Amino acid sequence: MAKFSWKTMKKQTRDEIITFSMVVVVYVVLQLLISGGAISSLIQGLLVPICTYSLVAIGLNLCVGYLGELSIGHAGFMCVGAFSGAFMTKLLEDTITNEVLLFVIALAVGILVAAVFGFLIAIPVLRLRGDYLAIVTLAFGEIIKNIINVLFVAKDSNGFHFAISDANNMDVEEDCVWLINGAKGISRIPHLSSFTIGVILVILALIVVYNLVNSRTGRAVMAIRDNRIAAEAVGINVTKFKLLAFTISAAIAGAGGVLYAHNLSTVTATPTNFGYNMSIMILVFVVLGGMGSFRGSIIAAAILTLLPEVLRGLYDYRMLIYSIVLIAMMLFNWSPKAIEWRQKLVAKFKKEKKTKEVA
Amino acid sequence: MKKKLLSVLLVAALAVASVVGCGSTAAESSEAGASGEAAFKIGAIGPTTGGAALYGQAVMNGAQLAVDEINAAGGINGYQIEYKFEDDQHDAEKSVNAYNSLKDWGMQILMGTTTTTPCIAVTDKTAQDGMFQITPSASSTDVIINDNVFQVCFTDPNQGTASAQYIAENKLGTKIGIIYDSSDVYSSGIEATFVKEAEAQNLEVVAIEAFTADSKTDFSTQLQKCQSEGADLLFLPFYYQEASIVLNQANQMGYAPTFFGVDGMDGILSVENFDTTLAEGVMLLTPFAADAKDDATQAFVEKYEAQFGETPSQFAADAYDAIYIIKAVIEAQNLTPDMSVQDLGTAMAEGMTTISVDGLTGEAMTWSADGAVSKAPKAMVIKDGAYAAMD
Repeated sequence: MAKFSWKTMKKQTRDEIITFSMVVVVYVVLQLLISGGAISSLIQGLLVPICTYSLVAIGLNLCVGYLGELSIGHAGFMCVGAFSGAFMTKLLEDTITNEVLLFVIALAVGILVAAVFGFLIAIPVLRLRGDYLAIVTLAFGEIIKNIINVLFVAKDSNGFHFAISDANNMDVEEDCVWLINGAKGISRIPHLSSFTIGVILVILALIVVYNLVNSRTGRAVMAIRDNRIAAEAVGINVTKFKLLAFTISAAIAGAGGVLYAHNLSTVTATPTNFGYNMSIMILVFVVLGGMGSFRGSIIAAAILTLLPEVLRGLYDYRMLIYSIVLIAMMLFNWSPKAIEWRQKLVAKFKKEKKTKEVA
Repeated sequence: MKKKLLSVLLVAALAVASVVGCGSTAAESSEAGASGEAAFKIGAIGPTTGGAALYGQAVMNGAQLAVDEINAAGGINGYQIEYKFEDDQHDAEKSVNAYNSLKDWGMQILMGTTTTTPCIAVTDKTAQDGMFQITPSASSTDVIINDNVFQVCFTDPNQGTASAQYIAENKLGTKIGIIYDSSDVYSSGIEATFVKEAEAQNLEVVAIEAFTADSKTDFSTQLQKCQSEGADLLFLPFYYQEASIVLNQANQMGYAPTFFGVDGMDGILSVENFDTTLAEGVMLLTPFAADAKDDATQAFVEKYEAQFGETPSQFAADAYDAIYIIKAVIEAQNLTPDMSVQDLGTAMAEGMTTISVDGLTGEAMTWSADGAVSKAPKAMVIKDGAYAAMD
C-alpha cells in the first residue's frame, strides 16, 4: 500500500519528501557521529558554513531557476543580512541574555533588511526586460561593500555616534563600544550560530520555497519565466510576482548572512567574503546543482564547500584540483554524452536486477 | 527518477567518503603523535595563495628556518618541534578551517595568523580551547583582546603614533598629505592614530585621501589633490605593491614630496618591474631591514637567501622571532609536550610577561599582560637602492 501511494504520488511531493528526509537524515547521522567523536574538528567547523551557503544557494535558485532572472549580487544581500544581524546582536547583547532570543531578533532584522534592499532594487529593475537585473545586482554587491567600509557607529555613555568616511572627527569616549568600525567591520560578535540552528534554517527555507513554488503564486512566477507575453495576456501582474519572488530570494540570502556573521567573531566586507567572486560561487552552486532543484543546490553547496578543505593535504595545488573537479562535475552532470552514458548505465543496472529477480 | 536516485546516491557516497575519510586520517595522526616520540607541535596559519600570498609565504619560510635551527641544536628542553603550516587565503572563514585542520593534526601552540582580519576570528577559537597564540604580524589591537594572544609586531596605533612623532621631532615636513586604504584594517587603523597624534604634535595635515581594495591601481586623483594642497610630505600607511604605483605616478606627475611609509612598505625594492631609483629617499618605520649590519640579521638573511632564493621581508623576520619567543617562554616555564593544550596555554601566557627576547625585529622585547610588545621602532631610509638606518 505504502509503495503504491509512493508511486502514484505527485512527482513534486515525492521530490520534497526526498529533500527533507535527506537533510534530516544527514543531520541525525552527523550528530550521532559527532557525539561519538568520529568527526574531525575541520568537518565540524565546516557544518555551519555549509548551511550558510546552502541557504544562499536556495535563495538564488528561487531567483535564477524559477523567476528566470540572473542575479550576480546575492553575496551583497548576504552582506547586508550579516551586517544588520550582527549590528542588532551587538546592540542588544547587554540587554538580552537569552541566546536563542538574541539570535531570533538578529535573524528577523537581517532578513527584513535584506528583503527591503531586494525590494528596492527590484522596483525599477524588474520592470525592464533583458539582463538588467544581473548588472544592477552586480553593482549593488560592490556598492554595499564600499558603503559598509566607510560607516562608523559607536555607542558610549552619551548615546550613539555616527560618521561616514572618517572616524577622527567623532567625539567618542575612550571606552565606547564600536558597533561598526569602518573597514574593521563588526568584531567580537557573540558566537550564536550552531549546526542545529543552521539545519533548522535550511528546513524553514525549504518549506517556504517549496510552498511558494507549488502555489498559485509559484505557477504565476514560472509562467512569467516561460513566456512573459502569454502570462501578461492571461492577466498575471508580472511586476508584482517578480517583485515578490525576488524579495523572498533576497531575504533567504539575508538569513544566510546572519548565520555567517554569528559563526565567526568578526565580519568585514572584503572582496573575498562578500565580493563578486562569492556571488559567482553561489551561482556555481545553483548551476551545478541544477536550476530549479533546491536539493541540488544544497548538495552542490555542501560538496563545493567541503572540497577545498578536504584537499588540504595537496597544499597549494588544491585550488587547481578544485577547479578541475568543478569542470569534471559540470560535465558529468550536464553534458549530453555523460547523461546518455548515465542512462545506459542505469538501464544496464535495471536489466541485471530484472534478470536476477527472474532467476 | 532512477537517474536522479543514482546521482543522489553517487553524491551521498562522495560526501560520506570525504567525511569519513577525514575523520579517520585525523584519528590516525593524533595516534601517531601520541605513540611517537614526544614533540612540541607548533601550527602556523597564513595566506599562501591569493592576493596576500607573499606575507603568508614569508611567515611560513621564516618560521621553518627557526624550527630547523632549533631542532638541529637539540630542540626546546630536549624536545623536537613538529611544524605545520596551513593556508587561509586571507579569509576569516578559511582561517578558522585551517585552525580546525591543525587541531586535528594535534597542534599545541599556534604561531599565527599572519593577517589581521582572519586573526580576530581565530583568536576567538584559541580562547575557547585555551591554546597559546602568538601572531607574527597581525597588528590590530582587536587581535590581542584575549589573554592567550601575544604579538611580535607593533600594534597599528603604535605605528601611527610613532610615525607622527618621528616626523614632528625630525621636522621632516610642514604640510602633510595622507593616502590610505579605507577598506583595509591595517591601513585605516594606522591612519586614524596618525591623524590624532599629528594634531597633538601640531603637524598640519592638508589632505586625507582614501582608496579601496577595488580601486588600487590608479592613484592620480589622490596624488593631484595632495599636490594641489601643497603637501610636502606624503604619509603612505599601506603595503608596498600599491606604494610602488604611487611612487611611479607621482614621478610621472613631476610631484616629489618626501615619502614616509610604515612596515608594510618594506619589500618595495623587490617589486617586479619597479624602477628602484624612484624609491630613493623614501623613509619608513620598520622593525627589520635585511641589510642591517648586526650578525644575527646577516646570518638570517644569508640562510634565508640560500634556502628560499629571495631576500627575507619583515614578515619572515617576525615569524622567525615568534618561534624563538615560543622557545624562550617554554624554557622559562620549563614545560613539556605531554602537558595538555590548556595547561601549556596558561603557563605560557603567564611566562610571556616575565621574559625578554633579543630578536631580529627588536632588542630586549618584552610583553605586557595585554599581549602587546614593547620594542623600539627603527627608521630606515632607502639610499642607493638599499635600506639604511636613519638617525
